[in-house]
Amino acid sequence: MARPVVITGLGVVSAFGPGTAQLWAGLTSGTSALAPITRFDATGFFTNIAGQVPSTFAGKDYVPKHYRKATKVMALDIELAVAAAKEAADDAGLITRAQLGEDAADGSTYSPARMGCHVGAGLISADSEELAAALSTAKQPDAPGVDLARWGETGMDNLTPLWMLKYLPNMLACHVTIIHACEGPSNTITCGEASGLLCLGESARVIERGDADLCFTGSAESKINFMGMLRMQMAGRLGRLTAAQRPSPYDPASPGGAVGEGAGILILEAEATAKARGAKPYARVAGTGAAHSPRRPHAGDGTPDPGLAAAIDNALFDARLSPTEIDACVLIGAGAPGIDAGEGGAIADVMGGHAKGLPIVTLGPSIGSASAGNGGLLAAVAALMLKHQTVPTRLGSGQPGGTCAPLTGARGPTVQMRLRHVLVASSSLGGQNAAAVLTLP
Amino acid sequence: MTSDRIVITGMGWVTPLGDDIPAAWARIVAGDSGIGRVDRFQADTFKTNFAAQVKGFDLKRHLPDADAASHQHAGLSTRFALAAAAQAVRQSGLDSFARLERRRFGVYMGAGEGTLDFAPYAAAHVISYDPATRTCDGAAWARHALAHMDPTREVEQEPNMSASHVAWQFGAMGPASNCMTACAAGAQSVGEAFELLRRGDVDVMLAGGAHSMIHPLGMTGFIRLTAMSRRTDDPQHAARPFDRTRDGFVMGEGAGMLVLETLTHARARNANILAEIAGYGSSADAYRITDIQPTGRGAVASMAAACKQAGIDPRTPGPDGRPPIHYISAHGTGTKENDAIETRAVKALFGDLAPRVPFSSVKSTLGHLIQAAGTVELITCVMAMHTGVVPPTMNLREPDPACDLDYVPNAARDLTAKGGVKVCLSNSFGFGGQNDSICIRAWTGT
Repeated sequence: MARPVVITGLGVVSAFGPGTAQLWAGLTSGTSALAPITRFDATGFFTNIAGQVPSTFAGKDYVPKHYRKATKVMALDIELAVAAAKEAADDAGLITRAQLGEDAADGSTYSPARMGCHVGAGLISADSEELAAALSTAKQPDAPGVDLARWGETGMDNLTPLWMLKYLPNMLACHVTIIHACEGPSNTITCGEASGLLCLGESARVIERGDADLCFTGSAESKINFMGMLRMQMAGRLGRLTAAQRPSPYDPASPGGAVGEGAGILILEAEATAKARGAKPYARVAGTGAAHSPRRPHAGDGTPDPGLAAAIDNALFDARLSPTEIDACVLIGAGAPGIDAGEGGAIADVMGGHAKGLPIVTLGPSIGSASAGNGGLLAAVAALMLKHQTVPTRLGSGQPGGTCAPLTGARGPTVQMRLRHVLVASSSLGGQNAAAVLTLP
Repeated sequence: MTSDRIVITGMGWVTPLGDDIPAAWARIVAGDSGIGRVDRFQADTFKTNFAAQVKGFDLKRHLPDADAASHQHAGLSTRFALAAAAQAVRQSGLDSFARLERRRFGVYMGAGEGTLDFAPYAAAHVISYDPATRTCDGAAWARHALAHMDPTREVEQEPNMSASHVAWQFGAMGPASNCMTACAAGAQSVGEAFELLRRGDVDVMLAGGAHSMIHPLGMTGFIRLTAMSRRTDDPQHAARPFDRTRDGFVMGEGAGMLVLETLTHARARNANILAEIAGYGSSADAYRITDIQPTGRGAVASMAAACKQAGIDPRTPGPDGRPPIHYISAHGTGTKENDAIETRAVKALFGDLAPRVPFSSVKSTLGHLIQAAGTVELITCVMAMHTGVVPPTMNLREPDPACDLDYVPNAARDLTAKGGVKVCLSNSFGFGGQNDSICIRAWTGT
């Protein structure tokens, strides 16, 4: 890259709890945080097993005092992003408006105009209780529904005036930019599971072309709510998991996938400015790539996804690396066989003979698929692997099969090993794919 | 490394004034209004019961029947995007260019979410709600929703599905993305596509925005924010940007799509070049989620960055003595706050030249196309270049002391005698504080 970009801070919230330490401990101990949903009665869906963030998590604990009032207009997705961004900024040793107070721009590590923010997000579901309470004031007299005439007249007045602002997908990035005073380029990418890595690529390009020196980048989403579960079930992403079962990545006999939720936010910086301030990078963003899949089936058809393979090719090309130089991969490994065949098959195709035994870390069996949140989480795990020179436990109850048969490294205990280049990649429900190679700094 | 120059070779749109570029452009120039009573759902009692709806839309007019049928389950805004993209691809000649390298052909959309399936969604809430405990019974909600909501329709509401359908239809296998930065997305998608082309990652991009929020909860959200005009007795004159009596924006819907490509690629295939993208600027207010930063700092930053990349000093007149920008397509929503602050920002950037720059808002005729607005308005800039005519701000009868620039009030203006329209700036600012500005230049063949 013309202007090298490094990762200097990490923040995550996952089913293991808020914090990178919790996620790393969970992954390396080989446990699964998937458990029955406690937030609501989810027994009406295929499964109530999911990767729910612990109920003790509260967004307000991660917001500066002067901004605490704003948590009233934050859906969970926004709180997850804001919390992860705080950990990432602290981890990178940044001083921003968060510490300096509302009107203080002087004293921040970077001037606000040199900081950007790119956060991947999903469609945010309205809070069911809040909406239902308002809708119930405009019930149809003789049918189970809402009378739009009554809704228009008085019903909608029962929603708080700022109601919609809780649910606009760009509000994740907006709150992060306000809290940390990021006045540079900012974007919200909404391409399902590919969103976070698409953001990573965009942030890297923004820094590379000199439009910012630092970007908050990553993604967050929660689909552990009524609409999220409904849509994931309808899209074939939810298995009929019993309490004893877990998704088994790349295994044709896997009982199916589980929904997770969470956030992963990274601090990307120009290597030169990071060095100048004495920051210690986790990794360098060696290359990023994206591509669209030419095929339409939403749930996968059992063949390798050519779009994902192309995205990985593009990332490797951008990094000027060959597949054989990749030491490990971090993928979702949802455990939904049709989708896994696309993902794992693409890895097998790109890696060829190098695929056999290549360590492949998957988040599906331990925290579930956090939809748009995946990309940020995958990149954070890859950065942690480089830092610790460790491949965490690869869970899975059965053997990889079909197009994924070569992926024998998708099972295994936590091991220390020499890691120089780690590949992360993710595919969306609609066919957008993104990949990145993170390299030891 | 010198980047390639980036040009527009195809354009298409679906707007409340029609889905044919020359015809709808003529109506914009004539100051027609695309606004009327909402008839897509029962909105009579809504405090704002009017909008700029797309009327008589049929995807089959833009795609072969079999292709149109293959997208029949797509959401409305996705179908708008496909129709606009089909026009753009046809105009660019890419549809008959056999050597297009599909892995270097990408998509960058700024499409919004699909239309919520309101009736069963609302019913599931009402049925499952217990007012005594103020909770919803999850099992009851799931039972009703699973029985009454359609899986395809739900998947198609995901905001990336417009990019998916466009990529599938036109065979784009390069980088693909979709951004949602509210009202800025239509410009941001074009800007980021431009940057991907400049970086050399792709040869060709389909870029643009698509959106419809003309549905019960979409209208509800903006009514509760008191962001929309409530002039229910006179919808046709409700969109009045920069007027003292303005009382909010008028919701529109539609799509705008562009074919962008590197100059090298366009020349190699002898493409007809419509305009050059000269600069793109993006910034965040980082101020408040509900208010625009009062000095217009973010808007100044995005406009300044776009001008800088285009090699333009906003305060230095061109060789013809005119301001260096010949026309600014305003974000100009018609809200009290936006129009005053955008005016302030233009003055801050252009200084003494500001009053001499024609600066109008086509939202006065088309309504606010939300995520599609930025692209559709950029297309009006290209049309202004091609015709020498800048479109009017309609319904501007009572000047506002806070809005004292040249908004081209109530009648289009022919600038041909003054040297035409060669350089334009288009502004798009999103709720939440994203600001995007794009500078385009007329193509002179060199």
